[in-house]
Amino acid sequence: MRTGTLKQILLITDGCSNQGEDPIAMSALAKEQGVTVNVIGVMEQDVIDDQGLKEIEGIALAGGGVSQVVYSQQLSQTVQMVTRKAMTQTLQGVVNKELQQILGGAKTMEDLPPEKRGEIMEVVDELGEAVELEVLILVDTSASMKHKLPTVKEALLDLSLSLNARSGSNRFSVFVFPGKKTEVEKLLDWTPRLESLSSIFSKLTTGGITPTGPAIQEAISYFQKKRSLRSLLSRDDEQFFEESV
Amino acid sequence: MMMNNSLKSLCKVAPGTVIKGKWHKYEYTVIKELGFGANGIVYLARNANQQVALKMSDNAMSVTSEVNVLKAFAKVQGSALGPSLLDVDDWERSGTKISFYVMEFIKGPDLLHFIHQKGSDWMGVLFLQLLADLADLHKNGWVFGDLKPENLIVSGPPARIRCIDVGGTTLKGRAIKEFTEFFDRGYWGLGSRKADERYDLFAVGMIMLNTAYPKRFTKTTGGINQLLPMIKQKPELRKFELVINKALSGQYQSAEQMRMELLHVLQPASPNGAPRVKQAPVKTQGSVGSRTKSRQSQVRQKKKSGLFETCLIISAITFIYFLYIYMQVL
Repeated sequence: MRTGTLKQILLITDGCSNQGEDPIAMSALAKEQGVTVNVIGVMEQDVIDDQGLKEIEGIALAGGGVSQVVYSQQLSQTVQMVTRKAMTQTLQGVVNKELQQILGGAKTMEDLPPEKRGEIMEVVDELGEAVELEVLILVDTSASMKHKLPTVKEALLDLSLSLNARSGSNRFSVFVFPGKKTEVEKLLDWTPRLESLSSIFSKLTTGGITPTGPAIQEAISYFQKKRSLRSLLSRDDEQFFEESV
Repeated sequence: MMMNNSLKSLCKVAPGTVIKGKWHKYEYTVIKELGFGANGIVYLARNANQQVALKMSDNAMSVTSEVNVLKAFAKVQGSALGPSLLDVDDWERSGTKISFYVMEFIKGPDLLHFIHQKGSDWMGVLFLQLLADLADLHKNGWVFGDLKPENLIVSGPPARIRCIDVGGTTLKGRAIKEFTEFFDRGYWGLGSRKADERYDLFAVGMIMLNTAYPKRFTKTTGGINQLLPMIKQKPELRKFELVINKALSGQYQSAEQMRMELLHVLQPASPNGAPRVKQAPVKTQGSVGSRTKSRQSQVRQKKKSGLFETCLIISAITFIYFLYIYMQVL
């Protein structure tokens, strides 16, 4: 069974978008193009308001992904859990599709007796271990996120530690919004390791608006851009830094 | 906090509710909630006058995955680390399907409470039990993963360490499925999250630390340089210092090796017991039952090494002989 590369956007934010396209619609657009959107809402002592919460859940639902709202201390655990859960969810979808072809009709794994599910689950587990994964991380750097950024950095390093324990290959890319001059700014090009984040993250400036929708839209197009020949050539290179940072 | 709100409400069941399986038709009456984790809620339930633990989740995947692990545990001979699996089924509740599985109800205080109540004399014994169980599990190709005191229950009497959550159990060589930061060597910067024996042994070392620091502590610099002083600061940990240190820095290749050294710490007076066996190669230890090291097994080991020696000498002589022939031909 070939699953291809799993593509995910991981959005880390602490509230509502306030500029540009509707983020939920953009998330649905991502799903249409085979990109899953996961959202993590980060709280401090404050609680995210209802509107923000609704948006976070809405984006994940439309993007076929997983959402979770956590206190920043729990961020590391959550980031890896959400990514993993979304991965399994997508793989389960792939396996279910295959099952439908074999069994016919609208049969999914849940329609099988529990005894039969075990073997299928093993297939999903195996795929999860070996599949290629691309995660584009979108970090909200609006003013209120300022003191949460060190935690975000830790969580992302932890994520790369978790995912790189798999046998399948991983590629990460990091974007922040709002950027210095544009709505979205690329921090780190596709790379298998996130360690280089440490130096870049400390120089980040925060502030301004929260253009979540445009950020997701830009992220989708970045998945496609990468298909160019140049990036194929530099597939196993170390990393490219943006000089603007 | 870590749980989806939808899951919480979906699997919330009032005491007295009768859960009937769709496939096997067994009925379970919910008595009370025992606890919840990232993947579901565990209830105490009754089935034909037998108390059982019933875990429910709206995610059939995670249920299936855990059931797979429990089945794998059942295959590990002689190990009683995990609960035994009794039933797997679906429950149809107002249109939605909730997957659940039923396991043996393990009753008792958790590890830290038990040691706190009964005194630190028990600490060594329980860790010896745990390491023996881990050795069995490792031999069958699995790594426990999410090892932590909350998941370790001391049942009995007679006191026996058991584990109630096996959700993190991972095949060797794969990425660890579930973990808790304090017990995770990746979090402390002391290794990867690839499942191997040393991953579990690191967690065992951290559990030993946890017995002296019930509130745990957070990472500052991380690494062994933060953890070592933490061991030294507590007088009750001093005698285990070497064992914990070696577990945390990944120096033990197997659970048995760690168990032998722990035994040596607890029973230093026996001059011809543990220490001598310790010097034997680890591999031969692996082939012998782990729970008791009887004299008989030592004799068997000696015999084995004798056979090995003979083979080595014969093959060496043959090799030299062929070399000689070869040179003659030239």
